[in-house]
Amino acid sequence: MSDSHELSRRDFIKVTTGIVGGLIGTIIGLPSIFYLIDPALQEGGKEAWIPIGKFEDMQVGIPYPFSFTRVQVNGWERTASSFGGYAIRKSDSPDELLILNSRCTHLACTVNWSDEAKAYLCPCHDAKFGMEGEVLDGPPPRALDIYEEHRIAEDGTIEIFFKEA
Amino acid sequence: MWKTVYNWLDERIGLNDLYTNILDRPEPKTSWWNTLGSASMFLFIFQGLTGIFLTVYYTPSPDHAYDSINYIMEGVAFGWLIRGIHHWGATLMVILVFIHMLRVFYTASFKYPRELTWLIGIGLFLTTLGMGFTGYLLPWNQKSFWATTVGTQIAGTVPFLGEFILKALRGGPDLSALTLQRFFSAHIWIIPAILAALIGIHLFLIIKHGESHWPQKED
Repeated sequence: MSDSHELSRRDFIKVTTGIVGGLIGTIIGLPSIFYLIDPALQEGGKEAWIPIGKFEDMQVGIPYPFSFTRVQVNGWERTASSFGGYAIRKSDSPDELLILNSRCTHLACTVNWSDEAKAYLCPCHDAKFGMEGEVLDGPPPRALDIYEEHRIAEDGTIEIFFKEA
Repeated sequence: MWKTVYNWLDERIGLNDLYTNILDRPEPKTSWWNTLGSASMFLFIFQGLTGIFLTVYYTPSPDHAYDSINYIMEGVAFGWLIRGIHHWGATLMVILVFIHMLRVFYTASFKYPRELTWLIGIGLFLTTLGMGFTGYLLPWNQKSFWATTVGTQIAGTVPFLGEFILKALRGGPDLSALTLQRFFSAHIWIIPAILAALIGIHLFLIIKHGESHWPQKED
């Protein structure tokens, strides 16, 4: 097959079949990959300011629990996801609020403040976090996450900045 | 490197023999009409692949079937392409299988020793129609709903057994979630399994007997 004059019918058929097959495979195959991974490529990340409670209701030294629900459209369905956390007031200044995410840093269960233990306890694997989120015991790799940005509205309501994953 | 791998495999499974017997077997002088069987099988494979991809998003429930297909068509990258191939491939497959059948009939290729190949071919035609019938309901839109109402009602006119057949097809006296679920199951598991098995036997017989030559004047 070194010289094109010697290309036999059989070889021609083989080569043509290969090329056409390859073309069809590529034209169908590549879109199929995108079809399968499409949900992973979708842009999420809607942003919002979420009210969590009045500043005056938060007491120094007692974690103030809050929770909220976000509705996301997944495919053809609306799914409600719950989020929550604790606001820890340290002084009269709203700027010094520490707002923790109650999602355990181990495997994402929800931790709860226990007054007796003076700690956030995770029901899943006995993780234990101190008042300001530091790891006291159990398997978590790091302290509880923090809602970095918050602001206070005119009526004294604290709002946190929330960005969807 | 590749040659070593190839030789290793060849010694164990006989790749060369497979190639010679399946793809390089002697053929009588034939025409393009003899390619319809291969074309049908090619379509079957494509229907299988695109069908598998569709199940990634499709949900066989009255609450979600229509919306999930809408999502495939508008929300997912290339969903329109995958479903389009499946949709039009289905129509094309019924047509090709039928023309293939006509070709075999007109060239008298069903005669000895190929009667069994022909009978299995009839099974393949019927299962292909079964795929079309069950697949038609899955989008759960007005057209598919009423087409299945009518189709199962027709099956219900069989004397004596009619009511039983109708209930067995619908999973009850009326079209319901059960109907959609069992049509889905039939469409993706039961009928394809039968179809694939029949294709296997059909292919084996064709390779065993070779293609029939076209009838001559003296035949």
